[in-house]
Amino acid sequence: MKQFLKATVTTVYIVFLLLPIYWLISMSLRTTNEILDTTKFSFFPRNITFDSYNKIFTDPTWYMGYVHSLEYVGINTMISVAVALPAAYAFSRYRFLGDKHLFFWLLSNRMAPPAVFVLPFYQLYSEVGLFDTPWAVALAHTLFNVPLAVWILEGFMSGVPKELDETAFVDGYSFPRFFFRIFVPTIGAGIGVACFFCFMFSWVELLLAKNLTRIAAKPIAAIMTKTASASGYELGLLAAAGVLTIVPGAIVIYFVRNYIAKGFALGRV
Amino acid sequence: MSAKTVNNKAWWLVLPVFVMVAFNALIPLMTVVNYSVQETFGDNIFSWSGVRWFQQVLQSDRFHGALGRQLLFSGLVLLIEIPLGLFVALNMPKKGFWVSVCLVLMSLPLLIPWNVVGSMWNIMALPDIGLLGKAVNSLGITYNYTRQPFAAWCTLILMDVWHWTSLVTLLCYAGLVSIPDAYYQAAKIDGAGSWAIFRYIQLPKLRHVMTIAVLLRFMDSFMIYTEPQVMTGGGPGSSTTFLSIDLVKSAIGEFDLGPAAALSIIYFLIILAISWLFYTLMMRNEEA
Repeated sequence: MKQFLKATVTTVYIVFLLLPIYWLISMSLRTTNEILDTTKFSFFPRNITFDSYNKIFTDPTWYMGYVHSLEYVGINTMISVAVALPAAYAFSRYRFLGDKHLFFWLLSNRMAPPAVFVLPFYQLYSEVGLFDTPWAVALAHTLFNVPLAVWILEGFMSGVPKELDETAFVDGYSFPRFFFRIFVPTIGAGIGVACFFCFMFSWVELLLAKNLTRIAAKPIAAIMTKTASASGYELGLLAAAGVLTIVPGAIVIYFVRNYIAKGFALGRV
Repeated sequence: MSAKTVNNKAWWLVLPVFVMVAFNALIPLMTVVNYSVQETFGDNIFSWSGVRWFQQVLQSDRFHGALGRQLLFSGLVLLIEIPLGLFVALNMPKKGFWVSVCLVLMSLPLLIPWNVVGSMWNIMALPDIGLLGKAVNSLGITYNYTRQPFAAWCTLILMDVWHWTSLVTLLCYAGLVSIPDAYYQAAKIDGAGSWAIFRYIQLPKLRHVMTIAVLLRFMDSFMIYTEPQVMTGGGPGSSTTFLSIDLVKSAIGEFDLGPAAALSIIYFLIILAISWLFYTLMMRNEEA
């Protein structure tokens, strides 16, 4: 009986989570006429059509949005994890002048509202000629992804015993050789998790991505919001575009399922 | 934590991060500080205006309104999400195949782009063609979130609960599985009921993760922008205009640089104070 109640709670919660996602998928498979005709309202689509997906995959203004998004997300992930690796090592192994202050400063950037940074970023990146390139968004997103990567990696590195480093140094390894040959492979899982979260947080952000690009690097999220208002009610198309943005996360989620809590809590669980 | 060696050369290792964050955080912040104490008439002509913008913002009804709505929103969201998340975590299976299924399905909302979350709930809540809107209206309740402020609030809160409760659940779950079996066995021998187990074993052990959950949820709901912007655009009227929406409106929409910059700084100071609280609580938990 108790087991049954427990299972019911979990099931009800998961159904609640899946309903809006189901509705989005179901909308993406309907024709605009069926969606807008309120007399034809039904839980399941009547005639399944892939027109919306077809349009997205054949119209460059749509599919290039995904390419642009993937561009800056990829650049951002690489930069964030690359600069975070040595720093996380330093935080997990050494004490140095101002270490706690620096650690807190990093955290405060993860917590900073992007709304505060929109205008200054716009001016800064226009000044250095990066506006409307994937680099502008990639660099802007390091604001919260670098701290995130440092915190997650520091959590994983602190789990590696210090004896590993000491033995390697006694064996005559230089620091770079130890770091890349021994240490990086040891915390491979941590690097994977850090990459995943940098990818994710860059992928879900819209405010900065939208305002730092105009045409050449416009992300899919911005194209969606623009379409939503410009072409009136192409809800099917909008829903299909939305479904496609969920796909990357849904594919890799299985591999990081045990680290999701850790990542969202900045490596602190 | 205590076994760390003191080595100031470690600065070379953090230098890349330091340079990166300095470029990204300090330069923009200084820009904002500059605007906040100057007056501009365009053409890059600026004159000193002291704390005038700060006074103007702090005394304006618009700021009070946005801050009040923001606090109310964050408060309501916390009140629902924290207990609900904990409740679901307590009822989740502890081992086996279903754990993975639950973890994957529950994480889904966390990984959806924020504007898609907004669009998704938009489509879900439309009164005539949305599943939720249609269902509520067919119960005989007039519901239209683009016209009724109360309906807009309910929809936004429901959306946030949908979006973020899983974060609380996952954190609590991670805390729960880290409790050794020996604790439960000891409780069984003492004949403790499930309430006693919850009150004296699980809850104290969850203190650390709960602190993180509360502060993360507070911070993130305090900065919420994209989802309400896509859903309601801050309306109807200004009934769902939260701090970030208000700030973006005045900085980019109205190009009101001075007041926008002053508002940015006030906003940032609030966030900084809460971050500090977060950091202190977290570090204390880790040392304990």
